[in-house]
Amino acid sequence: MYFSDETTSTSSGLTRKWHDSVQRALKGNPDQKERFSTVSDLEIKRLYTPEDIKDMDFARDIGAPGEFPYLRGNQVTGYRGRHWTFRMFSGMGSAQDTNARWRMLLREGQTGLSTAFDFPTLMGYDSDSPKSLGEVGKCGVAIDTLEDFLALIDGIPLDQVTTSMTINPPATVLWAMYCAAADIKGVPLSRIGGTIQNDMLKEFIAQKTFMCPPEPSVKLISDTVEFGTKYVPRWNTISISGYHIREAGATAVQELAFTLRDGIEYVEDVIRRKKLDVDDFAPRLSFFFNAHIDFFEEICKLRAARRMWAKIMRDRFGAKNPRSLWMRFHTQTAGCSLTAQQPYNNVVRTAIEALAAVLGGTQSLHTNSLDEVFCLPSDHAVEVALRTQQILAEETGIVNTIDPLAGSYHVESLTNEIEEKATEYIEKIDAMGGMIAAIEKGFPQMEIADASYKFQQQIEKNEKVMVGVNKYVTEAQHAVPLLEIDESVGEKQIRRLKDIRRRRDDRAVSQSLHDIRAACKNGDNVMPYCIDAVKNLATKQEICDVYREVYGEYRDPGLY
Amino acid sequence: MSERKIRVMVAKPGLDGHDRGARVLARCFRDAGFEVIYTGCHQTPEQVAAAAIQEDVDLVGLSCLSGAHRVLFPRVVELLREKNADDIAVIGGGIIPEQDFQMLYDAGIQAIFTPGASLDSIVEWIREHIQTRH
Repeated sequence: MYFSDETTSTSSGLTRKWHDSVQRALKGNPDQKERFSTVSDLEIKRLYTPEDIKDMDFARDIGAPGEFPYLRGNQVTGYRGRHWTFRMFSGMGSAQDTNARWRMLLREGQTGLSTAFDFPTLMGYDSDSPKSLGEVGKCGVAIDTLEDFLALIDGIPLDQVTTSMTINPPATVLWAMYCAAADIKGVPLSRIGGTIQNDMLKEFIAQKTFMCPPEPSVKLISDTVEFGTKYVPRWNTISISGYHIREAGATAVQELAFTLRDGIEYVEDVIRRKKLDVDDFAPRLSFFFNAHIDFFEEICKLRAARRMWAKIMRDRFGAKNPRSLWMRFHTQTAGCSLTAQQPYNNVVRTAIEALAAVLGGTQSLHTNSLDEVFCLPSDHAVEVALRTQQILAEETGIVNTIDPLAGSYHVESLTNEIEEKATEYIEKIDAMGGMIAAIEKGFPQMEIADASYKFQQQIEKNEKVMVGVNKYVTEAQHAVPLLEIDESVGEKQIRRLKDIRRRRDDRAVSQSLHDIRAACKNGDNVMPYCIDAVKNLATKQEICDVYREVYGEYRDPGLY
Repeated sequence: MSERKIRVMVAKPGLDGHDRGARVLARCFRDAGFEVIYTGCHQTPEQVAAAAIQEDVDLVGLSCLSGAHRVLFPRVVELLREKNADDIAVIGGGIIPEQDFQMLYDAGIQAIFTPGASLDSIVEWIREHIQTRH
């Protein structure tokens, strides 16, 4: 019991009395609406009391920071020794353009890099593919070959700065470029650090950048885990991501449940396929969550996530290394909570979401810029977003103490409730035969479709409010200066690519593609062959075409 | 004989996977009583135009959030024209800066809906402007 019998009985007596007062008060002053719920539509009570958490066991369910179940954080010292990493996601136009933005961010106090690639790169098409029409350099940086990559990291000390790369189907190729670049610059693989997103399951569920079917997609991921475990020990080879699941319209519970179940699927595959011990690779698994606008729901989701993962790793996989039990995660504020109307309000939303992420104990944070509902952010907007994090870290005092909301009746109770509901989903997916089977049935996709449609209807009926969209609407325009991507970026990139194709050693390229094909067919690890191929200036699409040829191509089933 | 329902194709040209808006609209159109075809993500303009003709739709709703609308939307209209199917109306939505509206109207996109447009307003626009072609 978390409270003495005396406290519990006093509390329930007082609560009964309070309840009567509420009934009386409501007669004269009714509530503004009948039902109060989170942005995910989880019903919230008017008051939480000791009774809501009376079944909790302090040691079992809460504990200390750095101790199982890690509810209060992985780090013993909290944020006092080190803040979270300020990691702004950026990438646009050519490799040179992005390199300039990166240098600006590092100069302004950013502590880690994070790369946004354009859609052709994300999907494994070269800039001159007909599929890439109109997309080159638009939503991120265009990278076709190792030469582009070397321009991207020009002047960046690879042994000092960690780099996150949001790349999924072609993750093996882009990571191979990073490894090859380190090699060329004389930095040993054991000294480079960073993250590749490399989480394909959430692509089928939500973000929809895919290439091959789920099964071989997971095989390629296990290749990277194995390669990282052996040769690149400071690299996070998967960033198991709920962010995109949430952006696609999932609830907080769905985001948490599907993300953890994806994580389980990867761990199972690596153990089965690569015969690695769970403690050999689990410490390098990382996570990525959304920080949406519902303040307490987000904090509770992040706290629950840590406790759930620790239990899953210990009880389901028998992990023994404490680091295997740690859920380390990056957080990004919710793009889908931002509005095109009255865009300066987005600064406020982002600040609140960032606060929730920090109170939830994030290790790394991206704050969205106010103009990201229109296009990639301008320098000025990015600076405001970065400063938001710096204000949180340096001015507000929230870093002074660890997990300050622990013990709150509401926070602990909601944390428990979110964990219970997410666990139910995980059990349901287990019963379906795992996440790949569930995806093939369309289960997570349809759950998200239902949730997003429900939310949209709540907005239409004004049951949920978005300021400036369905309430406090103004006609006045608050124009913000936007970043424009020069249309010539695509043409230049294509010229550059054609030039590389002309001067490279075609025979070496076909040999290395042949080696990758053989590795795919034999079930060998593709990573060493990918590194050779990119060094020979094989293009990203040439390698991805080998995957498509051997493994087949996945097409969006178009579920709604 | 009952009146033929309006047939709408919701299409995602280009490579971006931001399909939340497209999916929600597809379901909203279905609930509004239209017949709905949803292409899924990653369609080329050629695939969109061919599917629109094959499915004999009255309206194509294009959704793009990557910035490629300037190239992809006009291309769909052009392909429909080439195939003598320009009686199929085309509307668009997504992240589309206002300065691009005129260029898209000039290219034959009949209406543009951006974030914050209510589902009702889109359905209303369709009821007002689109008749079944048969």
